[in-house]
Amino acid sequence: MNAQGVDNSKRQFLTAALTVVGAVGAGYLTVPFLSQMRPSAKAMAAGAPVEVDLSKMEPGQLIRVAWRGKPVWVLQRTPEVLATLNTLEPKLADPQSAASIQPASSANPLRSIKPEIFVAIGLCTHLGCSPTFRPEIAPHDLGEDWKGGFFCPCHGSWFDLAGRVFRGVPAPTNLEIPPYRYVTDNLMIIGEDNDEASKA
Amino acid sequence: MKQSINKVSEWFLERFPLSDLWHDHMAHYYAPKNFNIWYFFGSLALFVLVNQFVTGIFLTMNYKPDAELAFDSVEYIMRDVDWGWLVRYMHSTGASAFFIVVYLHMFRGLIYGSFKQPRELIWIFGMLIFVCLMAEAFMGYLLPWGQMSYWGAQVIISLFSAIPVVGDELSLWVRGDYVVSDATLNRFFAFHVIAVPLALLILVFLHIVALHEVGSNNPDGIDIHENVNWQGKPLDGIPFHPYYTVKDIVGVGVFMFFFAVVIFYMPEMGGYFLEHANFIPADPLKTPEHIAPVWYFTPFYAILRAVPDKFAGVIAMGGAIAVLFALPWLDRGKVRSIRYRGGLFKKALLLFVISFIGLGYLGTQPATPMATTVARVLTAIYFGFFLLMPLYTRWEKTKPVPDRTTPESSLEERIPLLLALYDEIAPVEQTSRKFNPAGLKAVLIRFAKHLKESLD
Repeated sequence: MNAQGVDNSKRQFLTAALTVVGAVGAGYLTVPFLSQMRPSAKAMAAGAPVEVDLSKMEPGQLIRVAWRGKPVWVLQRTPEVLATLNTLEPKLADPQSAASIQPASSANPLRSIKPEIFVAIGLCTHLGCSPTFRPEIAPHDLGEDWKGGFFCPCHGSWFDLAGRVFRGVPAPTNLEIPPYRYVTDNLMIIGEDNDEASKA
Repeated sequence: MKQSINKVSEWFLERFPLSDLWHDHMAHYYAPKNFNIWYFFGSLALFVLVNQFVTGIFLTMNYKPDAELAFDSVEYIMRDVDWGWLVRYMHSTGASAFFIVVYLHMFRGLIYGSFKQPRELIWIFGMLIFVCLMAEAFMGYLLPWGQMSYWGAQVIISLFSAIPVVGDELSLWVRGDYVVSDATLNRFFAFHVIAVPLALLILVFLHIVALHEVGSNNPDGIDIHENVNWQGKPLDGIPFHPYYTVKDIVGVGVFMFFFAVVIFYMPEMGGYFLEHANFIPADPLKTPEHIAPVWYFTPFYAILRAVPDKFAGVIAMGGAIAVLFALPWLDRGKVRSIRYRGGLFKKALLLFVISFIGLGYLGTQPATPMATTVARVLTAIYFGFFLLMPLYTRWEKTKPVPDRTTPESSLEERIPLLLALYDEIAPVEQTSRKFNPAGLKAVLIRFAKHLKESLD
């Protein structure tokens, strides 16, 4: 101890300053560890577009393809289905798809580029289960109000055959539509839309 | 020879306080002498933890945390590895056993007021253990990479996306990919095998250190350190070793009997311990018809489903667990044990038990409109029990608490009572297999009266 005694406020300041600097350093050190858990470059690159051949599709048929590991549905809708879809509007939560995700080319009431071909990501917007395809009208388990659509078995959300969500179910928005475009009438690419293709 | 052994032990004890630790925490750690059956579940939880560690280590020797190989490697353990089926069933049954034991252990704390002053920290550490356990069980369930593993993880990780603003980023960060994939499986393996077990071990250590600092509670909820003999030893306490070590070994023996029955005769427990859909490999394109979590998550899952809004549902589910942390401060009751608490608390507790079990059942069932309505009522009761607690515990009329512990009746005393009860309801005629209706009625009326008296 020197003649002036101990300067306690100086000690306190130094302790506090060192603590702050140390905490900032430790904070920066967490960055590489936390960033490590984000999708890797490989996972991000894996979102390559997928080609779908439509020439063998029959009316009313649904095919499933995998894009970015997610199920994507391609459904050929019949004229009867299209007629029914137009009558459902009062029961839907977001009939104009204002709060839902879709490319500009599908931002219409039927949510598709061509009315008869419907494309959607087959994951419920509630908690990510894959809804089941139930095209039949008024089946026993779903009741009279069912006009054909997608039913999520996990938490009971209802979607019509344009992926539009009904009111009063857990799912907040319509099914997501992936970007897609037609190369020819019978060949579709999922994962690219016309805007991107024209830019490239 | 004797001398050299003594020298070795002296050398050791000069460098490590082994005999002090033994003295403080075993041979001279005084525990109340009136522990009853509820007090087995703490040591059983420790026993199951050891079971999970040992079987887990052996499972990792043959398991492959790779989306292409995981499902087959589990089947390989089941079919081709010597005794692999046994180790795997010990681990999967152990997971369910862990929750049975821990839920009973927590309920013990609830009825005897073990969470109350001065044991709040023990309760907090215990709750952290419970949360870690849930994380451990959830991530472990993904590893077999069956249909239920996959879609269960998909649903639970999607819960994070309900959080406004950061939600989507956060669930992406947890998965490490746009869907549940190999990256998710690999990181869950790392958490399940290294990170969470380590945290569990540390928390169990802290739980016990905190317990031994203030001493164990007991079914009478009184402080045994207030009545001591001339040596300063509690009159109502007995040394943990040998009395409770030996008693706990009996508990472990009984537990192992039930454990073995499950492992050997019903390892899947009719789809409750291992769900049927999990014997189908994960298929990212198809969700099983009916998905439900394993039984120990179902009460919280039912709360999630009961709330019609996505984000509010997630908040309610998280809140159902978070509110337990606040329990020591919500309860304003003056006495600890249910034996001396007022009827108001007992009624509330009864409703809580009904709501918890009811929600647990509903969580395993499909969400029909009727089931959802019932789940909403039960959710309201669940939260009502906790959130109204500061009010009703303040009004309750308690009974006088004794100074000394009341003796537990022994098995020898209980057997004649049970025999008398049996005689009362036993068939009148030798050939008849029906119980005596008059006797049965009398017993039930007596039981109902007793219950009513206790609740008033």
